[in-house]
Amino acid sequence: MKLRKASAAAAAALVLSLTATACGGGSGSDGDDGKITIGIKFDQPGLGLKKPDGTFAGFDVDVATYVAKELGYEAKDIEWKQTPSAERENMIANGDVKFVVASYSINDERKQKVDFAGPYFVAHQDLLVRADDSSITKAEDLNSKKLCSVTGSTPAQNVKEKLAPKADLQEFGGYSECLTGLENKAVDAITTDDSILAGYASQKEHQGKFKLTGLKLSDENYGIGLKKGDTDLQSKINKALEKMESDGSWEKAVKANFGPANYKNDPAPKITEGS
Amino acid sequence: MSSTSVLYDAPGVRAKRRNIIYTALFVVAFVLAAWWILSVMADKDQLAANKWNPFVTDAEVWTTYLLPGLGVTLQAAALSIVIALPLGALLGIGRLSDHAWVRVPVGAVVEFFRAIPVLLMMVFAAQLYVQFSTVSSDLRPMYAVVTGLVLYNASVMAEIVRAGILSLPRGQTDAAKAIGMRKGQTMVYVLVPQAVTAMLPALVSQLVVIVKDTALGGALLGLNELLYQLRPITANYGANTIATLVVIGLIFIGLNSLLTSFAGWLEKRLRQGKKSSGAVLSADDVQQANAPGGKA
Amino acid sequence: MFDFLDSGRYDLLGAFWVTVQLTLYSAIGSLIWGTLLAGMRVGPVPVMRAFGTAYVNVVRNTPLTVVIVGCSVGLGQTLQITLGGEDFKTMGFRLAVLGFIAYTSTFVCEALRSGINTVPVGQAEAARALGLSFVQVLTLVVLPQAFRAVVAPLANVLIALTKNTTVAAAIGVAEASLLMKEMIENETSALFAVFALFAFGFIVLTLPMGLILGWVSKRVAVKR
Repeated sequence: MKLRKASAAAAAALVLSLTATACGGGSGSDGDDGKITIGIKFDQPGLGLKKPDGTFAGFDVDVATYVAKELGYEAKDIEWKQTPSAERENMIANGDVKFVVASYSINDERKQKVDFAGPYFVAHQDLLVRADDSSITKAEDLNSKKLCSVTGSTPAQNVKEKLAPKADLQEFGGYSECLTGLENKAVDAITTDDSILAGYASQKEHQGKFKLTGLKLSDENYGIGLKKGDTDLQSKINKALEKMESDGSWEKAVKANFGPANYKNDPAPKITEGS
Repeated sequence: MSSTSVLYDAPGVRAKRRNIIYTALFVVAFVLAAWWILSVMADKDQLAANKWNPFVTDAEVWTTYLLPGLGVTLQAAALSIVIALPLGALLGIGRLSDHAWVRVPVGAVVEFFRAIPVLLMMVFAAQLYVQFSTVSSDLRPMYAVVTGLVLYNASVMAEIVRAGILSLPRGQTDAAKAIGMRKGQTMVYVLVPQAVTAMLPALVSQLVVIVKDTALGGALLGLNELLYQLRPITANYGANTIATLVVIGLIFIGLNSLLTSFAGWLEKRLRQGKKSSGAVLSADDVQQANAPGGKA
Repeated sequence: MFDFLDSGRYDLLGAFWVTVQLTLYSAIGSLIWGTLLAGMRVGPVPVMRAFGTAYVNVVRNTPLTVVIVGCSVGLGQTLQITLGGEDFKTMGFRLAVLGFIAYTSTFVCEALRSGINTVPVGQAEAARALGLSFVQVLTLVVLPQAFRAVVAPLANVLIALTKNTTVAAAIGVAEASLLMKEMIENETSALFAVFALFAFGFIVLTLPMGLILGWVSKRVAVKR
């Protein structure tokens, strides 16, 4: 009899804990209640990073905050939402987010599904190497090197198919694993957009350890993704971006986020999307 | 521990000396291996204080990443077992049915889901939700992981339930028949309640399997559970991948050790406290239930 | 329905071949290391007993995914234990096998230990009476009988291992589940066909194992 009581209590405890946790997952709002939901990356230092204190930092975050302010939303009214690369089009189409500022390169394939504002930044595929390594001066040098990138990413495909098909390419789920390898000489170079690499190299734990080769293996025009056909929002965001550049905020944000990496960014690009 | 003492004599003078030599050799080999690993790690700067300190000095790494991650792990595991249990009970009882048209299809379903890896089901479920539902993208990994775990574990539970019922003495069914109970009544009032207590240790052991499997969702499906926190933590604290992985591993080990010893305690208590049927399913039976064709 | 296979983009058999290889090497390694662990756990040297017990309890309670990722990032990327792998592909494969061995051996060890318990006490006593040492008692008398008793539990461990090899996808080993993930994302119209195909592949691998080893276990069982 005692036992039955014990099992009943266990079951009750289980149900209780479940209902308690189940309530924890709130969902994002639509933005009609004075809030705006913006999609960013949560795990890219320098661009979009969720910090230990729960706040967000990075160039994408700064741009998004500025644009939101121009649209009439204070910083406290912004709800940040994580947009993994593969999910960006879906989340925009479903209305999960108002717009996406997440190292989102403008290209024709994507433009069939979403519209872009901007571009607000020009990045290039580049290589991050150890600071004392000067053996890589052109893309072909990679053929004899150990290279690391993120599984299924465009830069990884680019290397495999065009730049250096013979390079030994290791693909991981995230760049941190690659950095561990680079630090310990298990890999010779990490490849992706220079903005992302600069973000990692600027972290205080990494300063002086790594450098960018500055090879500019591609041009990536970062745009702000938004719902297809929303030309009103598109032109508003474009105006905000123009203002950000002209009042010096753009330059300040670049310096603050990429400065320590000694990264020579391109000047602010001309707005090309929209009429 | 009766078998251990049976395998060798109580050590005499020479055996004692030999054991001391073996001990010394083993300790030396162990220390050498540990020293080598630590020295290579130190060499690669992996023992540097700034890679490990955050977990001691910075409470935020716990409150922002690790504890919420652990919460999601527990949530996924709890949801899975709570949904899988009744489903598994139905399947398990269905497999014991006297009617072949129930028994055979249920058996096929159970054997099918036990034969394929749980990861396949998670990946499949994830895509299923993308294409055929409007589940928002931040909830989708949780849905996919729980769906995969439920499909797999319901079939494992079915085997555990079936074994629990079969473990009861035949006299229970006979007695129920003797007082005129119908088949359904026998099942609901006599067999299932007893089987449930017999199954409890096995259920807790299966929970360990589920907790371990949730880590797959973090590594491959983007569920923000405990292992998933490896990425944001290493992005913030300077690629301290090893340190983070060790801490995450220790949390998992602590949690699962708790569950394992709880299962052991339950089993012991049930075996001692049992006056009636004396049937208990142990952790070993769980192992069998996890393999297709294996009889728990 | 299965016309996506004709494009030649997917090396289905190749992926399953990697799964089979992972299973095979890991099974052999786990059997050896698991037997050694079991020997330590029932042996007369307290330190080895303690090590065996601690190892089994720690590793069994660690998610396999953590073990595999740890092998890749910890051993491969940091300590640079490449296991002779020239490139990342072979290195990843070998590190995955190492991780599977470390994990699966604990289950082999526990199965063997319960197998040792099924051997009647008199067997070991008689062996000791003949003057055999612990290692001789174990290898000549007890283990041969124990192994025959644990064919069925070991078959379960082998089947679980076959399914577990999918975890190697977490470190990018090109086995079946990684290919399935890729295919399912590319061939959205053939979702069910892709799933059925891979499920079928695993059933083809695991079901005969269960049947054959079940038959073997009955054949070799010590009649008592």
